[in-house]
Amino acid sequence: MIIDHPLLGPRDAAEFYVLGDASLIERPDWQDDNAAAAFDSYMHLRDNPAGEHRELWFHEQGDRSWLVVTRNTLTHEVVKVELARDVALALGRST
Amino acid sequence: MRYSAFRILKEGLTGNRGWTPVWREPEPKPAYDIVIVGGGGHGLSTAYYLAKEFGVTNVAVLEKGWLGSGNIGRNTTIIRSNYMLPGNEPFYEFSMKLWEGLEQDFNYNAMVSQRGILNLAHSDPQRDGYARRGNAMRMAGADAVLLDADGVRKLCPFLDFDNARFPIRAGLWQPRGGTVRHDAVAWGYARGADSRGIDIIQNCEVTGFQIKDGVCSGVETSRGTIAAKKVAVCVAGSSSHVMAKAGMRLPIESHVLQAFVSEGLKPVIPGVVTFGAGHFYVSQSDKGGLVFGGDIDGYNTYAQRGNLPVVEDVCEGGMALMPMIGRARLLRMWGGIMDMSMDGSPFIDKTHIDGLYFNGGWCYGGFKATPASGFCYAHLLARDEPHPTATEMRLDRFSRGRPIDEKGMGAQPNLH
Amino acid sequence: MAQINRIGEGLVDTSRTLSFTFNGDTLAGHPGDTLASALLANGIRFVGRSFKYHRPRGIFTAGSEEPNALVQLRTGAHQEPNTRATVAELFDGLTATSQNHRGSLKFDLLAMNDLLTPFLGAGFYYKTFMWPKSFWEKVYEPLIRNSAGLGRLSGEADPDSYDKGFLHCDVLVIGAGPAGLAAALTAGRAGARVILADEDFRFGGRLLAETHEIDGADGVDWAEQAVAELAAMDNVRLMSRTCVHGAFDHGIYGALERKTDHLPKSGGKPRQVLWRIYSRRALLCAGATERSICFGNNDRPGVMLAGAVRTYVNRFGVTPGQRVAIFTNNDDGWRTAHDLAEKGVEIAAVIDSRDGTPPAAPHGAMVAMGSAVTNAAGRHGLRSLTLTNGQTIQADCLAVSGGWNPNVHLTCHQRGRPVWRQDIAAFVPGGDLPVGMSVAGAAKGDMTLSAALKAGHGAGNAAAKDLGFTASRKAAPKSDDEAADVTAFWQVRESKTRAWVDQQNDVTVKDVKLAHQDGFRAVEHLKRYTTLGMATDQGKTANVLGLAIMAELTGRTIPETGTTVFRPPYSPVPIGAFAGRSRGKDFRPYRLTTSHGWAEEQGAVFVETGMWLRAQWFPQPGETHWRQSVDREVTRTRGSVGVCDVTTLGKIDIQGRDAAEFLNKVYANGFAKLPVGKTRYGLMLREDGIAMDDGTTARLAENHFVMTTTTANAVSVFRHMEFCRQCLWPGLDVHLISATEQWAQFAVAGPNSRKLLQKLVDAEHDISNEAFPFMACAELTVCGGTPARLFRISFSGELAYEIAVPARYGDAMVRALMAAGEAFDVVAYGTEALGVMRIEKGHAAGNELTGQTTARDLGLGRMVSKKKDCIGNTLSEREGLNREDGLTLVGFRPVDRATELKAGAHFVVKGKPVTTENDQGWMTSVAWSPTLGHSIGLGFIQRGHDRMGETVIAADPLRGNDIEVEIVSPHFVDPEGERLRA
Repeated sequence: MIIDHPLLGPRDAAEFYVLGDASLIERPDWQDDNAAAAFDSYMHLRDNPAGEHRELWFHEQGDRSWLVVTRNTLTHEVVKVELARDVALALGRST
Repeated sequence: MRYSAFRILKEGLTGNRGWTPVWREPEPKPAYDIVIVGGGGHGLSTAYYLAKEFGVTNVAVLEKGWLGSGNIGRNTTIIRSNYMLPGNEPFYEFSMKLWEGLEQDFNYNAMVSQRGILNLAHSDPQRDGYARRGNAMRMAGADAVLLDADGVRKLCPFLDFDNARFPIRAGLWQPRGGTVRHDAVAWGYARGADSRGIDIIQNCEVTGFQIKDGVCSGVETSRGTIAAKKVAVCVAGSSSHVMAKAGMRLPIESHVLQAFVSEGLKPVIPGVVTFGAGHFYVSQSDKGGLVFGGDIDGYNTYAQRGNLPVVEDVCEGGMALMPMIGRARLLRMWGGIMDMSMDGSPFIDKTHIDGLYFNGGWCYGGFKATPASGFCYAHLLARDEPHPTATEMRLDRFSRGRPIDEKGMGAQPNLH
Repeated sequence: MAQINRIGEGLVDTSRTLSFTFNGDTLAGHPGDTLASALLANGIRFVGRSFKYHRPRGIFTAGSEEPNALVQLRTGAHQEPNTRATVAELFDGLTATSQNHRGSLKFDLLAMNDLLTPFLGAGFYYKTFMWPKSFWEKVYEPLIRNSAGLGRLSGEADPDSYDKGFLHCDVLVIGAGPAGLAAALTAGRAGARVILADEDFRFGGRLLAETHEIDGADGVDWAEQAVAELAAMDNVRLMSRTCVHGAFDHGIYGALERKTDHLPKSGGKPRQVLWRIYSRRALLCAGATERSICFGNNDRPGVMLAGAVRTYVNRFGVTPGQRVAIFTNNDDGWRTAHDLAEKGVEIAAVIDSRDGTPPAAPHGAMVAMGSAVTNAAGRHGLRSLTLTNGQTIQADCLAVSGGWNPNVHLTCHQRGRPVWRQDIAAFVPGGDLPVGMSVAGAAKGDMTLSAALKAGHGAGNAAAKDLGFTASRKAAPKSDDEAADVTAFWQVRESKTRAWVDQQNDVTVKDVKLAHQDGFRAVEHLKRYTTLGMATDQGKTANVLGLAIMAELTGRTIPETGTTVFRPPYSPVPIGAFAGRSRGKDFRPYRLTTSHGWAEEQGAVFVETGMWLRAQWFPQPGETHWRQSVDREVTRTRGSVGVCDVTTLGKIDIQGRDAAEFLNKVYANGFAKLPVGKTRYGLMLREDGIAMDDGTTARLAENHFVMTTTTANAVSVFRHMEFCRQCLWPGLDVHLISATEQWAQFAVAGPNSRKLLQKLVDAEHDISNEAFPFMACAELTVCGGTPARLFRISFSGELAYEIAVPARYGDAMVRALMAAGEAFDVVAYGTEALGVMRIEKGHAAGNELTGQTTARDLGLGRMVSKKKDCIGNTLSEREGLNREDGLTLVGFRPVDRATELKAGAHFVVKGKPVTTENDQGWMTSVAWSPTLGHSIGLGFIQRGHDRMGETVIAADPLRGNDIEVEIVSPHFVDPEGERLRA
């Protein structure tokens, strides 16, 4: 597979490490009332769709960017590649 | 029809005209006591044991394609019970014992071949880990032998002992491990279930569940609605999207595991050999092909195919371990979709929806579990309580903090 | 033996003669021959045995689809099983032997299987061999396994080398027949970067085997001109002997180039090269494969595909027989008759299954329309044929054509499923092709030469235009449309004897019928039950036949019956080629520390830890057992001072205004308040609350920290921290650099360690106990100005330091340390002594940090701060991870001090059976403690803290010794930690 890195252009997938669902960005607040349940579901449950899937790839053999890759799990077509940091900031994550 | 050498002789002498289909092709009835969703190895063995062990025969197995079209026919056919954790090992050893009597039990030769499985260790900590595991196996009634390097050499003189990047230091040898002719397992169970009156319905896809007020009362299918007192889902590889129809999210990701077979060769490899410093395991089939594999590709996928980096990685492992196979040709590669769970272990459990049961999350270890999975699932379905060897395989084990994590990799499915 | 069947030049160089042997007989051929054409030239028809029935077999095709003529090529370690004689290029000195027979090829003992046919039908083995139970493994299976397989591996390491390479192109053209050449020409002329690959050693495809004309010239000459034009283009790469074997994601193709297989010796060059080709567009011009017709004994040596017969006659100047008959269901078969007659070969008959007027027959040939062959006679080579009307025809070769199947293989490697085209009675590519792929020529069902040329020309232009190139206006090459009418005809029902569908695997029409009878009617069931299409040719000549016969049996159409799908690789690829250079010692790179050369000089024994090589111990003269070395290293370190290279620990440089805050979030214990100049032990959890890694982190400046990780987790910890930084807390001002290789680091441990270091640390830096206490850190200089970092941390439990210098000074540093230490009788110690000392101190390491244990299990539960947000904090509170009967890391010592503990033993209460139910934990690490004079161990046991002093059994059924052990504190040496503060 080829991942079109937003900064570096097309790179071979073998340069990357795949973590899994991009929902892992959305780490719950530890002080929420139902933090235990929220963390359990954050950590353990997945949509695992047959179709478009947003997922985290780490450019380990490259610039060490974490990317959010939107990829179809049936065809492997890559629809979109974003810097995970941008995605996280857009979700309102900060410190 | 009972199969035997005598029968073959008789049929051979009379033009082989007497053979009849191994299973019927029934139309679905409007209602059953139990509907099993998924006509793969586990679904068919569940049906078989429901009928044979628990006397439940008003059962249908619904298969969206042809029976055995899932991972039962795509795996590398290995059986073993070399697990470590108490949540797993007794279950897999139970499975091994069922394998050992299977052919006589269902009167079908699935070629259970206990030629042994050897896991190689290349460092002292790895050897210590195998010692821990081997003892856990022995304590659960399984067989295990810890070999030193000389012992490994005696067993497999063709391994690279002289020029290895990661020298072989020890091995965990389970003599009762081995291989089974995978398709025949599905066919044998199907035959046994069918002959006991269970309807195996192919080309019947489940499109939804009938759920009201937290109770499941049947399934919608491509061939109409079928009512059931209990619906037992058993569709590893497709678990997430089938259970999504019941509104459930699972602790599972789908990944592809590639497998490979070489051209037919005269016998060279005695049992199953697993490399401990790379991703490679191999056995040789009764037809002579080297059947081998390695790690999953690592990205979420539902496509039954992988990519070159893993093919090369696996072959590198093969050449590092046994450089005599360089001139053997890789004949065919394919992929199966694994239900990779959050701790690498499976589920056999009720769901929070009454009447809806779930069996899945087998990762790449489902084949060896086929008999026990069916037996334990049948036990759960018939008695509404888990079989004693499957008490830990629960869906809520993560929220309770009781994962069964053999590899210690945590909640990252592609590492298990 | 003379080349009795050599009747012309063809495209071989008859001016030179090559000598080769087959089963020991010396034979002659010419450059340009394949082994198959040379064997046929020498009149050899019987070359092998089939898989199951050991039937005599000949040469069936002229390409990689060959099911029968598989031989063992070369000898010794170069022996290569299952090589298709039809693609093996002849070279001088080639040796080939036939395979799969017991006894000689002619008198094969296992040929008796053929007599047992009525009992050995499809799937017979599923129905028997079950009684008595023990006989399967003791008797039946060994029998089956002994007869398994075809060729034989040498059993020796493959002596050849293989390379890998990467290629990029705009347009990859797969197949260099007429369509492929035309496509490459147009794409190349437009300026696209083109790769043209063909598995044959000569470009031209079917043009080489035919007598076609293109643009008024001979087809072979046209191909030669096309190749010359392509070769002259800088933007075109021509790759002959290159099989594109698989279509992978995003336009990536796998290809195998055979570099030296056609030479007597590889001469040190790689035998083959595995290419990964990255293409923007791919044009599949792979042509078509002919199929047979099922009739009685259609597997006899001498029965061949009609197109292959033409290949031998036209390309190789070899006739496969002296008197040839043709059996066809299409016009193409007649071409064989004409080409043979043209070359003066006697045509016995042309038998056409179609009714109606025959096409013009060659002079003198008998023609039978609406007829068929029912049987072929001649066990070791065809002698005669019987027709449906009972007529017998003498012939030593039968050319059969059942029509052509487009080579759709690569279109199926992803999601594509072929679709049936009734007009050509064949499957053609369906939708869902791999991204960027299009198909042209016979592979798409363009079954005539003119159609193929036109399609190839158009496809090449279209691909180039699609990529923004301007297509050239040159017209497509022209040729006449040859007759290509076909009427589907699968089997001769009048045949009374067995008719083969899959020749290699011995699947006959009867087997397909039996599969139908047994209920195995789905295409995949048919395949799996009968093994149809599972041989080395992946059923290239068989699958469609089997499918069609199943369709006839079930009364369904072929599309209703299903379709066949092909998996990569198109042609089998040696495992060695996929591995390339990654074998032996080169399987993975070695990582060496900067003191490696020095350690080698000291005679160190090395051990792999991950990719690293580390000194395990340093044997001294007179030491005969490793324990002597390790005991000495421990004793002298604890007694005076020792030096150990700890460079392999992961090092992460952490800088930024929020660095402290960041560390506070990734570590379970607090880091926000760590003072500058101090080091702290840190425990990192995974988000699921399980211990992930531990190490020390030093605060060098307000906004500057240096973290160490364990060697094993260096990569994963860095990755995890980048995840935390980029994905979880992108607003924190913090930056991470992996600095593992940048710094060489040495532990200096023992009561004299300070004295030693004081000799090296430049005088302006005070490292006295007061100025530089336990857990202090500093950036300073050593040896007169060399920058260094000093940490007062201890893994051994002694007064100890770790000193880090830039990697370029690592070698000098270790030498300086050892020289400065001479006065103190310094000892170099390796990982083994390191391990002993950490066990004596009860420190957890890899055997304890298994990814299954919590901070609580490790006895570090109180470190997990509940007052802050950190990774793993919330989920570590789950009930199951805080069980009353949870595991605890404690120490163990044998009740009988003389016994040796074993790692991996499990703990059970005395008197209880050693079973899973009574399993209370396990021994993780053991060592002989030279300090205590007995064996000690660390291990996890339920409620360990509450059970100090209790005696339990360390059960080790695996090694057969259960021993009594006492539960003790894991801190065996200096439990109060006085030494490290000294």
